[in-house]
Amino acid sequence: MEMPAPDQTVIERRAEIVDALRAIVPGEGVKANEDELRAFEVDGLTAYRQLPLIVVLPETTEQVAQVLRYCQADGIKVVPRGAGTSLSGGALPLADGILLGLGKFNRVLEIDFDNRCAKVQPGVTNLGITRAVEHAGFYYAPDPSSQIACTIGGNVAENSGGVHCLKYGLTTNNILGVELVTMAGEIVRIGGKHLDSPGYDLLGVLTGSEGLLGVVTEVTVRLLRKPTSQRALLIGFPSSEAGGDCVAKIIGAGIIPGGLEMMDKPAIHAAEDFVHAGYPLDVEALLIVELDGPEVEVDYLIERVEGIAEGCGATSVRVSQSDEERASFWAGRKAAFPAVGRISPDYYCMDGTIPRRRLPEVLKRTAEMSRHYGLRVANVFHAGDGNLHPLILYDANKPGELERAEEFGAEILKLCVEVGGVLTGEHGVGVEKRDLMEVQFDEVDLKTQQRVKCAFDPDGLLNPGKMFPRLHRCAELGRMHIHRGQMPFPDLPRF
Amino acid sequence: MGETLKPGSEDQVADAISWAVSEEKPLEIVSGGTKRGYGRPLQTACTLDLSALDGVALYEPDELVLSAAPGTRVSEIEAMLAEQGQQLAFEPMDLGPLLGAPPGQGTLGGVIACNLAGPRRMSAGAARDHLLGLRGVSGRGEAFKTGGRVMKNVTGYDLCKLLTGSFGTLAAFTHLTVKVLPRAQRVRTVLLMGLEPAAAVKAMTEALQSSHEVSAAAHIPAGLIASIPVDRISEPGASVTAVRVEGFGPSADYRCAALRQMLDHWGALDELHTQNSRAFWQAVRDVRPFWPDSGDERSVWRLSVAPSEGPGAANRILDHIDGDAVFDWGGGLVWLALNEPGADSVREAVNQIGGHATLVRAAEPVRAANDVFQPQPGPLATLSRRIKESFDPKGILNPGRMGLAD
Repeated sequence: MEMPAPDQTVIERRAEIVDALRAIVPGEGVKANEDELRAFEVDGLTAYRQLPLIVVLPETTEQVAQVLRYCQADGIKVVPRGAGTSLSGGALPLADGILLGLGKFNRVLEIDFDNRCAKVQPGVTNLGITRAVEHAGFYYAPDPSSQIACTIGGNVAENSGGVHCLKYGLTTNNILGVELVTMAGEIVRIGGKHLDSPGYDLLGVLTGSEGLLGVVTEVTVRLLRKPTSQRALLIGFPSSEAGGDCVAKIIGAGIIPGGLEMMDKPAIHAAEDFVHAGYPLDVEALLIVELDGPEVEVDYLIERVEGIAEGCGATSVRVSQSDEERASFWAGRKAAFPAVGRISPDYYCMDGTIPRRRLPEVLKRTAEMSRHYGLRVANVFHAGDGNLHPLILYDANKPGELERAEEFGAEILKLCVEVGGVLTGEHGVGVEKRDLMEVQFDEVDLKTQQRVKCAFDPDGLLNPGKMFPRLHRCAELGRMHIHRGQMPFPDLPRF
Repeated sequence: MGETLKPGSEDQVADAISWAVSEEKPLEIVSGGTKRGYGRPLQTACTLDLSALDGVALYEPDELVLSAAPGTRVSEIEAMLAEQGQQLAFEPMDLGPLLGAPPGQGTLGGVIACNLAGPRRMSAGAARDHLLGLRGVSGRGEAFKTGGRVMKNVTGYDLCKLLTGSFGTLAAFTHLTVKVLPRAQRVRTVLLMGLEPAAAVKAMTEALQSSHEVSAAAHIPAGLIASIPVDRISEPGASVTAVRVEGFGPSADYRCAALRQMLDHWGALDELHTQNSRAFWQAVRDVRPFWPDSGDERSVWRLSVAPSEGPGAANRILDHIDGDAVFDWGGGLVWLALNEPGADSVREAVNQIGGHATLVRAAEPVRAANDVFQPQPGPLATLSRRIKESFDPKGILNPGRMGLAD
């Protein structure tokens, strides 16, 4: 993975830039010692490391605006960062860029139960929002697996999902407004406590923009009332086809479960060895179906799903009789990543999405690739929405194995696109999948996206090197070729 | 009205737009044409008619996905979905009748271009939340795609959001893919009679804060109730505050009963069952009380505010101008019919309270002389203008439809 060549003239001006930033953010807010910078050199994509030029940790929106204004004026690159849990390298620093950490923006500003929303600063953790409102029976719905650590600012940047997003949506469906600072240092408010602001949906395009369009300094999130009861089924199948068929039939019956997760045999075994969840070991696919809502509804649907599962040839069906039992069903799934980490020195987590009915074919071809690359793979699958997480097992200490794992991963993602899916369902493009973007998008598609970047950040200073495989100057992207005198197709109906 | 171009394929759309660019002839984009009166009036040399791009290309019920060309009628799509027990969960309103067109003529392209949604908006999202992917042609005459056909996708910028509600000013759609969801087996509507708007919003808030998964909450004042085509509601002649639950039979029944008990302290209660509920909520969705078929030619405004501010916003305006207000989204959506355009009063109220107002229906000169959409503050307007320029540098597509900036 190549990042843009660092600008030596900026690196040489480091001392001067530190002084300028200290004039904006006094005291401890500017980190320039190598020891201090070390803590920020990596995010959740641990294969890549880079010391930032300087780290700035502002405390106010005005400071953020001043920092960005200064950087814009002096042509200095900026990488925004929340908790640094990105799995795609979205917060990977640049040698010639400052890292703008939002960790000090950690306050819940307002809770408004009447309007079912809360205003929070971007450094509040995802789970922190729920913690702040659960006393009144409310919660914030998107629940990425890193929710204990990841921040809402990062969630907005990555449009984070979670295991419940089939029913409750992603970040983009659960936020109402943001305060945004543009690269030019302008403070802009988009949305609020109301719905559907007129004009172009800037909130929508900002969500999932991976820190390339602006820095979010405040977020208004929707709050939901917690469901009164939850129960789960643990269903084993003799084949992934049977498991996939069961998922299709559940949804075909009009049931949208709160959670709908599938694991393949290697994942089942790794998880069971690790947490002893009581998973059946003689099955090829295991499905966790969680239903939530009023007790009467949950009980009714449990019976329906049980019937559907039996009709699909399930070899084992367990229904949770208590919250403890439900938690035990989830224990293995939630520990799947560390469980795989236990049986292999390293693992590489992929994140493609596919049309669900193509799952058996994708699993079969992934198994073939596994043999070809000589690397094991375990699959966990958000079955409801088609988001597949193959975990490729490798050993970074063995020469060439990381590269092979990356090649294998890229092949899987290409396969996802080939069957009608996409490169990433929830982890983002970042640096990790940047060079695969041309598999999914053609040149016009990518240029159309990059021109949106130009509208927000014409100098390309905000988080460059992420998402797009090729950097183009905005002036070049903006150019338009007009073919004068060209007539529409002769058969174009005209009136 | 100048020349109309009626392409039959994406290539022809690209060709038509390229031609318009080279000839510097701005285009008005239409498919069903039912919403031509929505937005600032256009004065374009030519019309780009997408109605020949018609038909559902893909529908996989168990994958919850449907793709169709922009000219496909929403009524056709809804009928196809209903056969499989599914629906467009954002409950797109049929805006045509409010603007004087016959019902059932609106197209998918129009719904997406205007980001239309209905009462279920507050629980299930708007059109923006259900568009998975699209193909279109920008004002550069270039065909492009964004999104895909899968539910979960964060690959690149979410241009689907940007294009939904862009009123044809960024691109002409050629292919749209939406998420579809199961249609509820049973619908129950709990009715509270005789409340004033402020009390109604308090009652709706109580329902919405409960764990009963209320999918819609609306209030219709007594003076407008006669227009609702459900006898049980129109005959008593009192104002109605309505709260909807939907789902599987046992669940809908249970939640309806629980809500009746919870809301009992607000006074007179009644309930509607599935058929009547569907008729009632369709009337709310399409703002039946203000349809011009009964001679109502007043200006109609649509306010989106924090739900608790709905009655206050309406009062501020109705203190100055005679008119009526209907409340949806638990108070967050206010439909106002005013005896005069009232732009100054409306803007002032919204500026005080927060939120936005759109002049959905007014005579052409009124829409030409006033901001139809909420004016944006400087930096936001600048961003929007730059986005417009990035898609449509020559200002060929629906120029001016959304305001002065585009």
